[in-house]
Amino acid sequence: MDVMPKWADVVLIPLISLLLAAALSAVVILAIGENPWNALKIMVEGSLGSTYGWGYTLYYATNFIFTGLAVAIAFHARMFNIGGEGQAVLGGLGVALVCLYIPFPHWSLALVAASVGAAIFGAGWAIIPAYLQAKRGSHIVITTIMFNFIAAALLNYLLVGALKPAGSMEPATGKFLPGTHLPSFQEMFSTADTVLFRGAPANVSFFVAIAACVVIWALIWRTRLGYEIRAFGHSESAAKYAGISPTKIIVISMSISGALAGMMAINNVMGEAERLVLNAVEGAGFIGIAVALMGRSHPFGVFLAAILFGFLYQGGAELALWTSIPRELIVVIQALVILFTGALDNMVRMPLERFFLARRRAAKPKPKLTPAE
Amino acid sequence: MTDSTTTAAPAIELRGISKSFGPVQANKDISIRVMPGTIHGIIGENGAGKSTLMSILYGFYKADAGEIHIAGKQVDIPDSQAAIAAGIGMVFQHFKLVETFTVLENIVLGAEDSGLLRPSLARARRELRALAEEYELNVDADALVQDIGVGMQQRVEILKALYRKADILILDEPTGVLTPAEADHLFRILENLRREGKTIILITHKLREIMEITDTVSVMRRGEMTATVKTAETSPSELAELMVGRKVLLRVDKTPAQPGRVILDVQMLNVTDTKGVHRLKDVSFQVRAGEILGIAGVSGNGQSELLEVLGGYQTASGTVLMNGDPIDLTGTKSDGQSRRARGISHVPEDRQAEGLIMDYAAWENVAFGYHHDAKYQSGILMNNAAMLADTEEKMQRFDVRPPDPKLAAKNFSGGNQQKIVLAREIEQNPDLLLIGQPTRGVDIGAIEFIHKQIVALRDQGKAILLVSVELEEILGLSDRIIVMFDGRIMGERDPARTDERELGMLMAGMTSDPDKVSTAEIEENLAHAGTGEKV
Repeated sequence: MDVMPKWADVVLIPLISLLLAAALSAVVILAIGENPWNALKIMVEGSLGSTYGWGYTLYYATNFIFTGLAVAIAFHARMFNIGGEGQAVLGGLGVALVCLYIPFPHWSLALVAASVGAAIFGAGWAIIPAYLQAKRGSHIVITTIMFNFIAAALLNYLLVGALKPAGSMEPATGKFLPGTHLPSFQEMFSTADTVLFRGAPANVSFFVAIAACVVIWALIWRTRLGYEIRAFGHSESAAKYAGISPTKIIVISMSISGALAGMMAINNVMGEAERLVLNAVEGAGFIGIAVALMGRSHPFGVFLAAILFGFLYQGGAELALWTSIPRELIVVIQALVILFTGALDNMVRMPLERFFLARRRAAKPKPKLTPAE
Repeated sequence: MTDSTTTAAPAIELRGISKSFGPVQANKDISIRVMPGTIHGIIGENGAGKSTLMSILYGFYKADAGEIHIAGKQVDIPDSQAAIAAGIGMVFQHFKLVETFTVLENIVLGAEDSGLLRPSLARARRELRALAEEYELNVDADALVQDIGVGMQQRVEILKALYRKADILILDEPTGVLTPAEADHLFRILENLRREGKTIILITHKLREIMEITDTVSVMRRGEMTATVKTAETSPSELAELMVGRKVLLRVDKTPAQPGRVILDVQMLNVTDTKGVHRLKDVSFQVRAGEILGIAGVSGNGQSELLEVLGGYQTASGTVLMNGDPIDLTGTKSDGQSRRARGISHVPEDRQAEGLIMDYAAWENVAFGYHHDAKYQSGILMNNAAMLADTEEKMQRFDVRPPDPKLAAKNFSGGNQQKIVLAREIEQNPDLLLIGQPTRGVDIGAIEFIHKQIVALRDQGKAILLVSVELEEILGLSDRIIVMFDGRIMGERDPARTDERELGMLMAGMTSDPDKVSTAEIEENLAHAGTGEKV
């Protein structure tokens, strides 16, 4: 007996939120004396108008799919994992160790091994806060955010020390071994006559991200583990009654979450940079929270939201390049989208619910009495 | 049908009150007149709209249509402040008291005379003394609310209303948490209040209380007022029929038990909770095949812990034998799953917090706890089709309405939620069924059905351990009764040779002659029970 039809909840609300955010952004752009329509055109053309633009948009989207899924699966167990950033940093370390020291005969083997490395390191970084939450009651929000700083410090330490090639002045690892090069979209889709996605960083790991969406969807809604994770997320007391161990669910769901965040590194570290640098994650771990919120913790929703944020990232970069709109303002626009789609959900939802209710009453003059009985 | 020949205006009159929540119409064109100095009962099943109506009267909800008249004058009640100003006092089912404040502070809270507390408290203390003498409303003004028993807490709520000069007192299910002796005390207070000209509206689902104390009674069903009658001119069976809309069986129909071998053997069970409070103290009993063992007691005296231990989610020391073999009470393998594997099914006391995932659809809930069963698996995935088919079948057999497996549990009524839990647990064909508060928040029609299912399971030779705070239910269903008080078993009684009064005494921790004990003593005892203090 939901108040609204499902399509309104899934499509209409995010769409209206998005339009509101766009409208407010337009006002802000007007206020600094630029033309919002022009700005929108630049953003759309720069991110979606060419295969080059798409190559960047999808590259960012790949990052956000991984971190968005990571936050989403934790949400299902009612865990708020805001440590995606740190887990992705550690994932990068896992990828780097695999790609620096193991010679692979073919990139596909390297991709599998690097994914495993990234997942193990990411999961490992998430398991510690999970265990502390399950056994000691340390709040997962506090511990995961602190682990972000520890991860950054750890990477810093390694990149100026053990992992830095001798004689280099830069806090970065050396270039990965040649066998680990992942095919980019340019290599995959260009023909002899036309070059597509020229120079764009999107690579084969985009398809790994899509596969991850499907796997996570099946895990949440089709497996026993997903059933238990959701049950625990809805009601811990009921989970205990049913014999579902809270410790087990917290640790397992958080390690899946950490593994997904870590796997982001096959895109940005292995696919794009081909070496490990400082601050490779660039805030994607936090964007994952917005992506999961906007995507309603559903893998398909996460996929769509990730594309949207990919568009905002790439479009924003283009905007900074071609107009006098400062980079900071682009962050403002992104923040408005997050604010409206994530935090101000009820602002749109409640009037909409009233609207649907009124319409339903008008359609049925005599409402049925207590249909729940 | 109130007396229209009297000249006085009704103390309270509702005319055509309607209220909808979304598509649900909770109140539909409701009109009542309550004369001053009477006790008016409002009876109805859960979800009939009683609480909504009272919330409108107390300013929590705004009616979509209708008028409220107090003492002949139309009033508008937008919030609870206005209700208090109009002379309406409300005693909620769940008390609204600050536990760490004293009784006096609670009474003054929100009704202070000025910014300075001292004069208000002094005045309150004087008035309290007068009220206590007038109405037998004795309380300890300086005790902290957390240290006094529920009976006294309820009296504090009544005093709060009287202190605010309430002439109309609304009590929502006031006896739900009281022992029979405490309920009697409450009724004496209500009679005193009536004698002084106060008007009382008593909301309840217990027919016995209506018959005992009210002058007039209104029956609500599905948001409508189906009848208002003088209590003296009606009978419990007529009221029950008006509530449900058909004839109902108020007594449980069952043949004498034929107990077989011992299924569950509990020896010297002890539980200490995380706060260090001793919840179960040397509890020992047996349940045999083909019998229902009822555990009576005021809630919070160890019954919940007992169910949790047997259900596998509370550690304990002692010995529990199931079918002659010991059960692990502390190990890591001691959980709900291991209990189910040993043939123990469990209908928990709180179906909304434990028995069901309210956001899960019915079909997901039907596998809950048994989701490891082979019949629900298909390879590494769960067999959703099998779960759906299974649910359809169970809904049919247990008459769950609406029979829609895809509806979320939260959208079923209390009775139908309970039927879903019962269907799941009983259809597992367990050796032992643990069942806590089987009919709490369940409508009368469904109570009859649930009781029949429990007796039928017993007649199949299963052992049943029943925990309930409803004495009527314990007396009606059980083949043997044990009474728990403060984590201890106070004694065992044969339901045929005991009555509510004797059980009530045991529930209050008294073993002496019922006639010689005062309610004050009972309250003293109950206040200490459950807090871990020594009595």
